[in-house]
Amino acid sequence: MGASNTIQQLSVFLENREGRLDDVLKVLSENDVNIVALSLADTSDYGMLRMIVSDPQKGRSALKEAGITAMLTDVVALRVPHATGSLSKAMHQIVEGAVNVEYMYAFANGNDAAAVLKSDDPDRVTDILKRSGFDVYTADEAYRANQ
Amino acid sequence: MAGVAIENWKETIRDPKIECMSRDEMNALQSERLVKQVKNVYENVEFYRRKMDELGVEPGDIRGIEDIHKLPFTTKEDLRDNYPFGLLAVPKEKIARVQGTSGTTGKLTLASYTQKDVDVWGECVARGLTMAGLNAADRIHVCYGYGLFTGGMGLDLGAQALGAMAIPMSSGNTKRQLMCMEDFGATAFACTPSYALYLAEAAQEAGIVDRLQIKASINGAEPWTDEMRKKIESIFHINSFDIYGLCEITGPGVAMDCIHHKGLHVYEDYFYPEVLNPADQSACADGETGELVFTTLAKEGMPLIRYRTKDLTSIEHDTCECGRTLPRIQKFTGRTDDMKVIRGVNVFPTQVETALLSMGGGVAPHYMLIVDRENNLDVLTVMVEVDEKYFSDEIRKLDALKSKVGAVLKQALGVSVRVKLVEPKTIQRSEGKAKRVIDNRDL
Repeated sequence: MGASNTIQQLSVFLENREGRLDDVLKVLSENDVNIVALSLADTSDYGMLRMIVSDPQKGRSALKEAGITAMLTDVVALRVPHATGSLSKAMHQIVEGAVNVEYMYAFANGNDAAAVLKSDDPDRVTDILKRSGFDVYTADEAYRANQ
Repeated sequence: MAGVAIENWKETIRDPKIECMSRDEMNALQSERLVKQVKNVYENVEFYRRKMDELGVEPGDIRGIEDIHKLPFTTKEDLRDNYPFGLLAVPKEKIARVQGTSGTTGKLTLASYTQKDVDVWGECVARGLTMAGLNAADRIHVCYGYGLFTGGMGLDLGAQALGAMAIPMSSGNTKRQLMCMEDFGATAFACTPSYALYLAEAAQEAGIVDRLQIKASINGAEPWTDEMRKKIESIFHINSFDIYGLCEITGPGVAMDCIHHKGLHVYEDYFYPEVLNPADQSACADGETGELVFTTLAKEGMPLIRYRTKDLTSIEHDTCECGRTLPRIQKFTGRTDDMKVIRGVNVFPTQVETALLSMGGGVAPHYMLIVDRENNLDVLTVMVEVDEKYFSDEIRKLDALKSKVGAVLKQALGVSVRVKLVEPKTIQRSEGKAKRVIDNRDL
């Protein structure tokens, strides 16, 4: 997966119950899985935890063993320079390319920021961004961000 | 209006000859009717002929009501197997009406009535309305649903037989219910007890209780407590009465309680009650709890012999303070199966399973039903485990799953359902028969 631009996000279903997030984080920590970035979406009766981690496969099996529903989702991590308007330009290209973005979250990564994008067609998003001169993180880069 | 205190209550009995008949006379009447009915079903219903032949029982073996224990039972499954018209004892042309209720597998439990059966039904409800202190001058607001469900039609027929005014409101739209109740000067209303309490609180909130002319309410089709009755009575300043029935037997009007609230008087001249030990189907003594079983002694359209209701209760045969000798069944203490009555609708967990399976995929998600009562209305929540097969990282897809489960269940159960997605393995597993329902209602 070294040079792949498709990054696997670890997605976890969290029931709105006391201590559930704590349980998930504990399992990951005990299995030496580092969390690079996370986003937590909440609804009235459940939450959705989305994470970029150091080893998604390992994270998923550890959670599964602990009885927690998790899945791996293909996402793209776009390198966004710290300059006003850079995300806007990238998004414009994606819209032009008629790809639907389901959700997005960002984290600081060294001198730049990384914007994690979930779309219905990650390969196409990668293509569009690269052709428009944007940099897309490889899986290895994303899993080891800020290290 | 004010509720009548028991010491000022004047009991009126619609048919004293029957309702206050001595036990001997009643036994004679029941015997005569049973002998005739057994001969009728043996000759006209293949199902019963076969069942009786299997047991080696001939119509001639049944010489009186004391021989009823020799007869075969009828179950809801038998009704399903013979759906829709397999148990008729008359040609279909003689059927004047059908009514139905939800069955265990999504198909209806259908009951067929001749015109005489409809008249008997109305007469029985009229006896009950009389028991509630009502007469031909009264105006009866019916907010039970009209349709296949027996609630609306049963009370309507009763009002008709009584010569009272029927106000066929059907269910829903509380504001409009209260407006009509006030404008038409209703003197009584009929609905499920939970809706009665809801109406009471809505009337209180709207400040219109004193403008109503209501003096009685007739509430049944779901379990309720004495505390609930007292609350309805105190808010509306009325007397409330419990009515019982099931569509297989006739609908509401099989039994009703009087002002003394010492159990529901069964109209045993038409519907012969037995209370049987669930373990060996032997007869329970008075006061002992067992399964309630009915035989329709005079029904023409779809007579049923020893129909097992699966409701658990006990029976008393002593004369009631109201003067009636009709036996009294106690409020139900439970069921022999896991059926739940939610807003007057029968819900079986197996229906949920079937519906979830119909969503495709081969495996139904693990689920649990939770019944609560919020603001006096029953709320059914279905917890569905989101296992890997149903999981998505997109909330949009999970919400779509929720709506789909909700729609499929509403369609199957006839009652709206709240869906809650939960993590796998959070629903308790049990060895053997899974516990699929938690009832938090204080009944």
